[in-house]
Amino acid sequence: MSKSHVMALFSDFDQASAAIRDLKSANLEGFKLDDVTLKSPIEHPEIEELLGKRPVYVRIFTFFGALFVPLLGFLFVASSQATFLLQPKGGKAVIPLPPNFVLTYEFFILGGVYMTALGFFICAKLPMKRNKLYNAHVSADQIGILIKAEDAIMPAIKDLFTKHKPLEIMWGEN
Amino acid sequence: MVNTYEETEVAVEKKFVKKEHDINADIEWAKINKDILRSLERPRAIFWVIFVASFALFMVGVSCEVYQYQTGLGVANLDNPHVWGLYVATFIWWIGMGHSGTLLSALLHIMHADWRKPIYRYSEAMTTFTLLTAAMFVLVHLGRIWQFYYVVAYPNERWTWPNFQSPLVWDATAIGTYLTSSLIFLYIGMIPDLAICRDNAIGFRKKIYLFLSLGWMGTDRQWANFRVTYLTLACFLMPLAVSVHSIVSTDFAASQQPGYHITSFPPYFVAGAIYSGLAVIITLFIVLRYTFRFEEYMTIPILEKLAKLTFAAAMVWTYLNLIEYASTWYGNDMYAKQALIYRATGNFAPFWWMMNFLGSVLPFALAFKKVRTNIPVMLVLSILLNFGMWLERWMIISPTLAHGIYPWTWDHDQWPSFVQWGIVAGSFGWFNMLFMLYCKIFPSISMYEVKEMLYERRSFKTKKVAEEVSNPELAVEGGLAS
Repeated sequence: MSKSHVMALFSDFDQASAAIRDLKSANLEGFKLDDVTLKSPIEHPEIEELLGKRPVYVRIFTFFGALFVPLLGFLFVASSQATFLLQPKGGKAVIPLPPNFVLTYEFFILGGVYMTALGFFICAKLPMKRNKLYNAHVSADQIGILIKAEDAIMPAIKDLFTKHKPLEIMWGEN
Repeated sequence: MVNTYEETEVAVEKKFVKKEHDINADIEWAKINKDILRSLERPRAIFWVIFVASFALFMVGVSCEVYQYQTGLGVANLDNPHVWGLYVATFIWWIGMGHSGTLLSALLHIMHADWRKPIYRYSEAMTTFTLLTAAMFVLVHLGRIWQFYYVVAYPNERWTWPNFQSPLVWDATAIGTYLTSSLIFLYIGMIPDLAICRDNAIGFRKKIYLFLSLGWMGTDRQWANFRVTYLTLACFLMPLAVSVHSIVSTDFAASQQPGYHITSFPPYFVAGAIYSGLAVIITLFIVLRYTFRFEEYMTIPILEKLAKLTFAAAMVWTYLNLIEYASTWYGNDMYAKQALIYRATGNFAPFWWMMNFLGSVLPFALAFKKVRTNIPVMLVLSILLNFGMWLERWMIISPTLAHGIYPWTWDHDQWPSFVQWGIVAGSFGWFNMLFMLYCKIFPSISMYEVKEMLYERRSFKTKKVAEEVSNPELAVEGGLAS
């Protein structure tokens, strides 16, 4: 069965969430909430009550960055200092821990920040090519609901959208 | 008692929605985009005046640096023991300024202080540009700028013996981390706004925004990742900002120089950094508000909040300053005590007293609402406070080096040459030029966060009104609608 996309634009979030609620209760065959995407000018965390919690894996990147980069940083500094064995140190430690802790701390922040940023780009799938079903009003003041569904239930979805008086309905390849 | 919906709405607003007066909650979202995008196209003429003046100042700095580079550091009037002079004083001042950008954007974000939303973006940009300006002084004061990599913690295969125990190496690492992290924080926070720019721009600007917005479409999955990322970065940036200025302070505190070897220096430096940064944020607030016609977003109540925060920071700084004097005075180190007496009575005394007046006495003017809400007065006051904080850095560096442990240092009074003054002036030109360019190319107010702020306030109000309307007994008891 081939699938296609439809996007409806609503003037506010309440209208859009009412449309999603109706879609959920309509029990359309083959319709999955995972195939619904909300496009909005601001974040609407309350949409998770309707669409379920979206998985966010950024923290895993953060964890590994904050764990391994400082370890690598410490090894990097300590291995540099180890070559100082050739230099007379006058009884001082070859690998002094207190100053190395300061540098390791900075590496900890560096690793955490860099890996969080990397995780964000990967998890948010950025950079990406903009979808064809995109309307510039979504970045201004309107809410878009994009649905990927089987062609067979597409008329029913459009009917449901129409009931909620959308500003515009677009469909086709995404 | 029967109340109309409108009556209840007014009563709820009076009781719960005081914050709304920060900014008009009824601004249309499309208007927010329009107003802020307009700033990228048609600023007031003063923009070009500031830009040209800044460029001229920058060229003065470049000329002085070229002269110093060709002739040697002697033309800056730097010698032993005056090896640092205005360069390092101004370096610390610029580094410190960035801290308030982080405080506003990261700390207040974590604490959900939403009044920061119209002003945090330019504060974050300020952080990035102050760090770039500060980094310039590291190169300038070296003289032999091609050897700057000696201060970077890098492998030893070239037998240059980088000293990992030196706070200067920690400093380079910390500032490098802070600069790149601030840049990442600024950029990621700007992506949704870059998408708005992309959707509205034409010509070559569209291509730039198209590239920088990375194809952002504002999907719920993107927002969910964005929220976690932004919060996580904010959590990393706060301790980083504190660590950076603590490390800068160890450049002094870890030495044996009387007047530098002070335990309270790290918190003292951090407090001073936040204080001077807040004063700059106020100055820029007033300049941007006028230049880009942001009167509806950069409102007087927000300016007042900034002023209160500055007053609090000034009092913390004053306390730590007094602690420094007291611990030196009652301590057992006679060299440190002599250095303190020299600051108050020696050749630098007028500047030292001026620093204390501007830094500790003048902020009391901020206790008055009439002062806090008067824009011209606040502009002058914020500049004076910052001048006081710049003097503070200078008074840490120069008088102390003029009164060290050895008597031979005592007759080596140093006054900065025109080359030092020229490079310091050039740094102001460099910062202003970069900052104004940024504000002309990128939105200096976060459009999506202002919308979020309005949305949250409207939702809160609607929820409260609904609660009151559905529960009339509560309304009567609370005296809301009666």
